[in-house]
Amino acid sequence: MIIAERKPIDEILGFLSQHQKVLVLGCGGCVTVCLAGGEKETGILSSELAMARSKEGRPLEVAQKTIERQCDFEYLEGIRHMVKDVDAILSLACGIGIQTCAEAFPDKFVWPGVNTKFLGVNLNVGEWAERCQACGQCVLDKTGGICPVARCSKSIFNGPCGGSQNGKCEVDPDTDCAWALIHDRLARLGQVESLREILPVKDWSYSRDGGPRKLVREDLELESGK
Amino acid sequence: MKAGSNLEKMMESGNFAVTGEIGPPKSCNGEIVRHHAKMLKGWCESFNLTDNQTAIVRLSSIGAGQLLLEEGLEPNIQIVCRDRNRIAIQSDVLGASALGMKNILCLSGDHQKFGNHPTSKNVYDVDSIQLIKILDGMRNGYFANGEEMKDEPPKIYIGCAANPFADPFEFRVTRLEKKADAGADFCQTQCILDMERFEKWMELVRARGLHKRIKILGGITPMKSVKAARYMKKFVAGMMVSDDLIERLDKAEDVKAEGVQIAIEQIEHLKKMEGIAGVHIMAIAWEEIVPEICKRAGLAPRPQV
Repeated sequence: MIIAERKPIDEILGFLSQHQKVLVLGCGGCVTVCLAGGEKETGILSSELAMARSKEGRPLEVAQKTIERQCDFEYLEGIRHMVKDVDAILSLACGIGIQTCAEAFPDKFVWPGVNTKFLGVNLNVGEWAERCQACGQCVLDKTGGICPVARCSKSIFNGPCGGSQNGKCEVDPDTDCAWALIHDRLARLGQVESLREILPVKDWSYSRDGGPRKLVREDLELESGK
Repeated sequence: MKAGSNLEKMMESGNFAVTGEIGPPKSCNGEIVRHHAKMLKGWCESFNLTDNQTAIVRLSSIGAGQLLLEEGLEPNIQIVCRDRNRIAIQSDVLGASALGMKNILCLSGDHQKFGNHPTSKNVYDVDSIQLIKILDGMRNGYFANGEEMKDEPPKIYIGCAANPFADPFEFRVTRLEKKADAGADFCQTQCILDMERFEKWMELVRARGLHKRIKILGGITPMKSVKAARYMKKFVAGMMVSDDLIERLDKAEDVKAEGVQIAIEQIEHLKKMEGIAGVHIMAIAWEEIVPEICKRAGLAPRPQV
């Protein structure tokens, strides 16, 4: 899932300083699950914003709504009537939702209410960790299901580097060394010998380095009769 | 001969080799490099020039390498994977080779978090083992993309590092093997401050016959203070310092003299160890002590090969 964290209130107030009417728009997808921009957070932030602005003596009219998914034009169509009445939208969706929103409503200011952090997993209450960098060409088959691109601080393919000690990464003692995890897991599966093979240089053109990516599936296009 | 460097000649002829290290300054003041070069000339076969070590911006390793060549010393250019992609690295290799630099050492590099630009983006297009492979390909006339060079390939003696003190312990030997497979000719180890652990690692290295495939230089760092030794034990990732060593320094009246004495004893010990081709002396911020260590450890004068 996509993990996000709400931006500090002062930064958000700064974005909205020129507006009188704003729609705080939550998302029912990932940001709901990671407690950054779901219905509950949308409600709390709306009250905070209204209170802060009335304190300043420049009241802000705040409407709020949380839709199923902001990364889907279909759901955004459903709030077109609400958008008409406001100066701006404060989106609490991830970076994808924020951009979809801006694309759907080209004449409105759309401000980001969260920082999109990473693709990750919920480990404990209030604790999330990165798991995937969407590099476009999965190597998990060679690394025991543990991703060196996302989880090694240096994204190396033939680790662990010399900074691995007691299973921890040199960059941060709270971070597991991905290559220690890979090694231990493959050892457990009786596959540690496979690590003697040199993994070749990665083709980063499948990743962001190749430019913005787009996926087209002709089978689906044909099916839909497009 | 792959590159014909002093270092290669020394090791390939079976002589016990000595390499040193010079950390370029945080300025364009080449006189600082020249000063160290003059001080260390003749004591080692070649000198590592660190590549922005600990991720702090410094005079480049190739720039410093040129200064060494001008002073009549042989450079060993370090290249880390942190800051440059395969395009920039190959370009640097060609440039260094054109200037007459023959030894190149391949490293992952310290993460930028430890340096003075922690907000920078890191590169790691390739890792250190892939880098060795790229250099091996280059000296055989091929770029990393498989394209054949139209002109004479660069002559490179390829080095790498090994850390017997990091984890997982046994895999450290496999990793050295991977580096040998990739084409590395020699390996400098992390500084040895726990000889017992190093011996265990060498046993595994010999059991796999790796010492016959790659020249191993044991890392020597003379300790200047007990505090430094304790700090390294506690805070430097992938570092081991034995309690015996700390105790010796702690009990010594003259800690620096004891540090030098320990380094000399370590060198004497390594000279007798099967599979050790030489020593790599890293006298961090204590370069002026290198001649004394070499003299007293019986490493001077250097044989001519």
